Amino acid sequence: MTQLALVIDLNVCVGCHACVTSCKEWNTSGWAGPMVDGNPYDESPTGTFFNRVQTFEIGTYPNTETVHFPKSCLHCEDPPCVPVCPTGASYKRSDNGIVLVDYDKCIGCKYCSWACPYGARELDEAQKVMKKCTLCVDRVTDPKLSERDRKPACVLACPTNARLYGDVHDPDSEVSVAIRERGGYQLMPEWGTKPANHYLPRRPTRMHIDQDELTRVDNPLRKEDLTTYTGEETLDDVAW
Amino acid sequence: MHPAFSVIFLTTLIGAGQGLFLAMVTGQLYAIARFLPAQEDQFYAVGSLVALCLLAAGLAASFFHLGRPERAWRAAAMWRSSWLSREVIVLPIVMVLVLAYGVAHWMEWTRPLFRVGESLQVDVTLLLGLVGTLASLVLFVCTAMIYAAVKFLEEWHTPLTVSNFIFFGAASGFMLAAAYSAYIGNPLVTFFGTWAVILTLVGLISRLMHLLRNARLKPNSNVQTAIGVRHSALVQKAQGATGGSFNTREFFHGQSDKTLGWVRIFYLLMVFPLPILLIGAAYASESPTLPIAAFAIQYLGLLAERWSFFAEARHPQNLYYQSVA
Repeated sequence: MTQLALVIDLNVCVGCHACVTSCKEWNTSGWAGPMVDGNPYDESPTGTFFNRVQTFEIGTYPNTETVHFPKSCLHCEDPPCVPVCPTGASYKRSDNGIVLVDYDKCIGCKYCSWACPYGARELDEAQKVMKKCTLCVDRVTDPKLSERDRKPACVLACPTNARLYGDVHDPDSEVSVAIRERGGYQLMPEWGTKPANHYLPRRPTRMHIDQDELTRVDNPLRKEDLTTYTGEETLDDVAW
Repeated sequence: MHPAFSVIFLTTLIGAGQGLFLAMVTGQLYAIARFLPAQEDQFYAVGSLVALCLLAAGLAASFFHLGRPERAWRAAAMWRSSWLSREVIVLPIVMVLVLAYGVAHWMEWTRPLFRVGESLQVDVTLLLGLVGTLASLVLFVCTAMIYAAVKFLEEWHTPLTVSNFIFFGAASGFMLAAAYSAYIGNPLVTFFGTWAVILTLVGLISRLMHLLRNARLKPNSNVQTAIGVRHSALVQKAQGATGGSFNTREFFHGQSDKTLGWVRIFYLLMVFPLPILLIGAAYASESPTLPIAAFAIQYLGLLAERWSFFAEARHPQNLYYQSVA
């Protein structure tokens, strides 16, 4: 069975919110109607978003590190929000594992949002139905789009390629390889929801300098060089 | 969690309605067993009508919780998996049974259908009363399980939530039965008052155990597991929105711990000792008004208790919404 998901690389996310705006742009102008905003140009603006980028700080000053943390629906393999829905509006697609809301069946009781530990669902204040990330189901299942474009809007927008998209059940997919080889992990594993989306951890970026880079060991002129040096700059001082 | 008044009124009103119906049936059973003098059928009929009104008011309140009330009928679909769906089905069943019980008494359909043993004459009202009692108990479980079944809300995820709902509903219903009896000058006020006091005391034990359990509760999730970074010093600097969102409105009660403490003291006084004292005083002075005051005070206290029940629950999603910017 296919389970489409995102793998988000926290090591390269720079917190630019491009995924947030492209998500909003694509989905607010999509088939499901707008994602309504309240007071957009006024005090206390609010609105419906499928995706948000949050920022956390690790450690105490001056030894701190900033983590930008994009958060959207994790498309759990065992989604707790689905069985609680009284109308069946909340469901998980059997063909690709995407968790969706049927906006025409939703009664806006908010029970599914209580049953999501990640806060991934948001009630649209104007349409009064529950909304959530669709993994751009209208894009990823659209055969009219080219292979390159058949990805969620957030993935295409990310300037640092922090968002990978694919089938986490296919062991050879880009996302499965990333999870396997780069320490992909799930959020709040203690609840047993088995989120399909994974995160790749921060990794320390260290500059590694070989001795070769400081002193040339392969300088062909050295063997034939008969000059006596007295401290002046030579070819050996040029780092490659 | 943000306490929604629609849900507070729904759960307390139908609780009192179910409790009043249970009180009526209990009264009839005692009368059949000749522990109590037999009442006129009108007594049960009017009591059931009041219970039906409370259930209907609760149902009306529930619609204010829905974003799309015109689609409420769809909520009966997923009864196999959703406790909310089960409640949506059982509540109208209880209302129909309460109505039928009231009508059967009003029309005096009391000719025995059959006889069990020597002396037990089974008539329509008794059958409807027993089926209605069963349905009322099922409804208590369905209502409470809506909250108790959400494992992420650890404050609710306990059988004590179910026992609280049952005993608070039953206590307020018997209290109302005492108030009703006192209002029409029926001597059953002592009987219902005694049961109300017993149920209130059991409810007090259940609620205190619940409070004690929650005070010792250690949250399953923390900000480390929420974002998957294992470091002891981890603080949120931005939540992705400056003006708040659904997540900040639905899952936070927005009151200080001090307010929460005051509300707790308020309901612990209003639900338990005050109504018991008033019923006791009514027993001593045979006052027709004190049981009514006892019910009114306990119901007000139960509103505060239900508010507190919501405010106490800390949702794990709040870990992602600790700081605005």
